[in-house]
Amino acid sequence: MDLLFQQTLNGIMVGSVYALVALGLTLEYGILNIPNFAHGVLYTLGAYLTFLTVTALGYNYWVAIGCAMLALAIMGIIIDRLVFHPLVNAPHLNSFIAAIGLIYIFKAGMLIIWGPDFKRFPPINEEVINFLGATITTQRIIIVVVTALLIVLLNLFIKKTMAGMSIEALAQDREGALLAGINVKKVETIVFAVGSAMAAVAAALISPIFLVYNTMGDAVILKAFVIIILGGMGSIPGAVIGGYIIGLVESLGGAYLSTDYNEIVAFAILIGVLAVKPTGLFGTRSH
Amino acid sequence: MKAIKSIITNKYFLGLVLILLICLVPVFITSKYLMHIFILMLIWSIAALALNLIMGYTGQANLAHGGFFGIGAYATALLMLKLGFGFWPALIIAAIITSIIGFLIGLPTLRTKGSYFAIGTLCFNVIVFIAAERWESLTGGARGVIGIPQPAPISFLGVTFTFSSLAGMFYLCFFLFLITLIIKYRIVHSLVGRSLIAVRENEDLTSSIGLDTMRTKIISFVTSVFLASLAGSLYAVYIGFLDPEIASHHVTFEVLLFVVLGGIGTISGPIVGTIIVTLLGEILHFLDAYRLVAYGLVLVLVIIFMPQGIVGGIRALRQRMGERNS
Repeated sequence: MDLLFQQTLNGIMVGSVYALVALGLTLEYGILNIPNFAHGVLYTLGAYLTFLTVTALGYNYWVAIGCAMLALAIMGIIIDRLVFHPLVNAPHLNSFIAAIGLIYIFKAGMLIIWGPDFKRFPPINEEVINFLGATITTQRIIIVVVTALLIVLLNLFIKKTMAGMSIEALAQDREGALLAGINVKKVETIVFAVGSAMAAVAAALISPIFLVYNTMGDAVILKAFVIIILGGMGSIPGAVIGGYIIGLVESLGGAYLSTDYNEIVAFAILIGVLAVKPTGLFGTRSH
Repeated sequence: MKAIKSIITNKYFLGLVLILLICLVPVFITSKYLMHIFILMLIWSIAALALNLIMGYTGQANLAHGGFFGIGAYATALLMLKLGFGFWPALIIAAIITSIIGFLIGLPTLRTKGSYFAIGTLCFNVIVFIAAERWESLTGGARGVIGIPQPAPISFLGVTFTFSSLAGMFYLCFFLFLITLIIKYRIVHSLVGRSLIAVRENEDLTSSIGLDTMRTKIISFVTSVFLASLAGSLYAVYIGFLDPEIASHHVTFEVLLFVVLGGIGTISGPIVGTIIVTLLGEILHFLDAYRLVAYGLVLVLVIIFMPQGIVGGIRALRQRMGERNS
């Protein structure tokens, strides 16, 4: 019973990270039709930037997260302007290939600058709390709380602000939104800034627990793709719920089935779902 | 005079001359290093030609290509090492196994379109990689498979061919390369090829005129996977050592680079791309990780400014020149 509870807590924690990454991706891919496969390397970059701001510059962890978010938001906008925006009218496959090119550039670039070894944060929020028989560090609670807060904020942003509403309008009816005079280029900028910043937070939150290393984004981005396909393209609740589901399935699968193969559970689920419903569980549009 | 000129400029004649010239390569090139590079070029050209069939002609971005290459390589190695098969039966059986797996994966994933297919197949590639890494009793895990034997000599019409030398290996790879090229040429210039291109251009329209698009896509996918397996087999017996990395999506991305740079949807594009990237890779080897940054830049720049690749770009240029002249 304790194991079940502990693993559920772990699943929620990992699921929070997945949800944050998937949220950025679902905005970029589901709403703008840009399959930003390079989202995962931005996640890794966010972790490195947070790590360096804490260790090399000696700033507070929260300040470091803020810096990483800002830097990544700018990086997201640059990538969109230089690479994805010129490809908006090209076949879908071209953006995908360009994104693979970006992965090469960023991953090899980070390898050159920071090397292949794992980097460990100085102890951050490691106080242990006993909670209903399970032990949990403060950092894990922070991850879950911050994620929940960000999801609420994102929702408020989309529902209450003009910029957010233009994103939603584009998601609901692209042609209608264009006819109403919504500036797609501007929406692209906002989405890439917000999406990349979310990836930075996700990485910054989890890296004190799972360390910082060059390939940390590889599996996460693939799972984020799985999540948004399962949860429905462009659906924000879908990305959040999907994120938690994949996190829980993995964490419980790892505990009760096999630790060797728990990583492939998500991918196997995806192929299985595509076999039954080629447009994803809640998807209606085909891309 | 005119007749001679027409023979010289004839496509088949030129092809034949080219084949003869390539056959003479091992006679004149004595450098082991150069031979090694030529052999690698041939092997990766086969893989690139295979990917181009499903991606370039049928418009489905199969991102599990490295996985199928790896399955072919591992299957060949394990058949030869564990079950004592000879190279040729192992080559064929491995290709059949890979094709069956490809068929089973193609059935669900080919029902999807565009990026869904790309992501679905990429997920399969990751599964293959994890299996190669963790299924220790079969694949040797992260240590890999070592000591894969070379193909045994074969006798044909009283002539014995041996594959222990680099020259022998070169001819073997060139032979399978030619077979791949012929298969691909025949498919592309047949009715099936036309329907592949039709699927690429507009799948809904194609199915509306009564073509079975699913069947078309499956044929293309399984053929592509079959050829990828051949390339994998050659890699296994040539290098003699396999580790899980050879089944990973990095292989997929590298072959993708060959195809995109050379020219998606052209016959010679993947070969041109393979030759250029392999040469650049060897020349820039000392740059190490910077080389990968350069790969990435090339991919991004080519896809934005020259989406048809080198061969496609040259073709477009010639067309424009032709229009100007006439």
